[in-house]
Amino acid sequence: MKQFFSFVNKEFYHIFRDGRTMLILLGMPVVQILLFGFAINMEVQNICTVVFDPAQDVATREIAERMAVNPYFNMRGYVYSPDEVNSLLKQGKIDVAVIFEPNFNENLVHSKRAQIQIITDASNPNTGTISANYVTAIIGEYQKKMLQPGNIPCQIDVDSKLLYNPEMKSAYTFVPGIMGLVLMIICAIMTSISIVREKEHGTMEVLLASPLKSGTILISKTVPYLALSFINLITILLLSYFVLNVPIRGNLALLVSISILFIFLALSLGLFISTLVQTQVTAVLISGIGLMMPTLILSGMIFPIDNMPIPLQWVSSMVPARWYISAVKKVMIEGLGFMYVAKEVGVLAGMALLLIGTSVVKIKTRL
Amino acid sequence: MEVIKVSNLTKKFGNFTAVDHISFDVRRGEIFGFLGANGAGKTTAMQMLCGISKPTSGKGTVAGYDILRENEKIKRNIGYMSQKFSLYEDLKVWENIRLFGGIYGMTDHEINEKTDELLYRLKFEKERNTMVKSLPLGWKQKLAFSVAIFHTPQIVFLDEPTGGVDPAMRRQFWEMIYEASDQGITVFVTTHYMDEAEYCNRVSIMVDGRIDALDTPQNLKEIYQAQNMDEVFRKLARKATRIEN
Repeated sequence: MKQFFSFVNKEFYHIFRDGRTMLILLGMPVVQILLFGFAINMEVQNICTVVFDPAQDVATREIAERMAVNPYFNMRGYVYSPDEVNSLLKQGKIDVAVIFEPNFNENLVHSKRAQIQIITDASNPNTGTISANYVTAIIGEYQKKMLQPGNIPCQIDVDSKLLYNPEMKSAYTFVPGIMGLVLMIICAIMTSISIVREKEHGTMEVLLASPLKSGTILISKTVPYLALSFINLITILLLSYFVLNVPIRGNLALLVSISILFIFLALSLGLFISTLVQTQVTAVLISGIGLMMPTLILSGMIFPIDNMPIPLQWVSSMVPARWYISAVKKVMIEGLGFMYVAKEVGVLAGMALLLIGTSVVKIKTRL
Repeated sequence: MEVIKVSNLTKKFGNFTAVDHISFDVRRGEIFGFLGANGAGKTTAMQMLCGISKPTSGKGTVAGYDILRENEKIKRNIGYMSQKFSLYEDLKVWENIRLFGGIYGMTDHEINEKTDELLYRLKFEKERNTMVKSLPLGWKQKLAFSVAIFHTPQIVFLDEPTGGVDPAMRRQFWEMIYEASDQGITVFVTTHYMDEAEYCNRVSIMVDGRIDALDTPQNLKEIYQAQNMDEVFRKLARKATRIEN
């Protein structure tokens, strides 16, 4: 035990005496959460809109009025020729143009048929579609109001409900993703570097010639990072709860336990990497790029896994963060219990055991 | 009284035989020089003796323990100083001493007492709280050696301990080696400096994985009709067929 504590103590000295590493370790999660939470916003807001309205009647004015008061639209007023619409769109000054046909209300009342054209700037397809949908929804509401007296024999009311994230806040999807990314990167990079550094400096040989068991060396290497990752986990949860207002609907203890399991897995991945490489630079390259890319792209953090081609889906099931992020979403956002995340927990535990086992075997037979 | 005893020790990496059936004894309290050109197999042989590396065949004992089965016990009874610098640069002098004391299972009381004594002997009292990285290289090597024998091992293995150190410092370093040997610690040392080989009680010279000569420096010079150890070494090393690395 004394051996173990002397060694863990030394690891903490290494970390605390390296200011830059400390800054990265503790600052990275804060920066990531705030960046993803505030800067990267998938909601479409502040849609700059103009209206071309040759009709100027009751109906067109009311529709324009409804758009003007809607918080998502930034009404830039009326334009008086289709050319003007074109040039504003080309200059990128507006996102949406709403164009009414002449005699709009008259047509609506007499021939029961009137036309509106919506032109959106779809150079970003996502915002393009969403703004068009917003306009359609406003027109739909107006139409519904017109029909109110019950002129129509039957009517289907669609009442859609967005479960778990009714306000469509993007932070709800990003927070679990960032938890996976930050914990994976920090644990894997830092443990692999700290072991490879000893190889590079020659101290590893001295340790191997000492009575320390290789298992003790490996465990003592991971303990400090386990502690730091735990601090990171708490920081992320506090920031997302109090600053980004992301709820923690499920059991907090379950969420923390799953996270510790994931941290453990990431640490063993770092150990595994350190048994493969000889220099710190390769360790950073492998754990940085080799883990960052799949975690960002294949974990479901940004792109839904169900939309991927089948072979990529297989690859993604080998990315540990995929299972963790899915479990965090279920517990944190959906508020589900252990039974619903049993599969994820099982996969994570299996991966961790496999990696730890291989690392211990590899470090023993290394010489 | 032999403290190291090996016969036909061999290590193969695939088709390459790094160490080829070497047999020798080292006596207690002796300063044993382990010489050889780069790639002759010195480091591999030493790693087998330290219990870091498993021999392919052959047998032997180190500090009275079997190198095949009891390498954990061997590790408790030896000290090791690696070719590269073997202390932690970002730890203070006393923290390094404390760490290795702890790793070798010494009690806090023992560690504190011996630390004071060691710093006094090295005249390092003022450097107790200095980071090792800001010490001059010669001081670092002296400290590394003191740390390697801090737990009073039976044998200390030194892998090219004086590489890159200036002659005056090397002289001081060898004085420390003599002190350790006077205390009964057996010193097993590899070196590139042939003048250092003269300081050893006995030396062995490895060529292509085999031990080609083993005797006192005096006898070797007579046998090979050489002025000094450097000439002995060159006469033997000329036979080498193995290409470095």
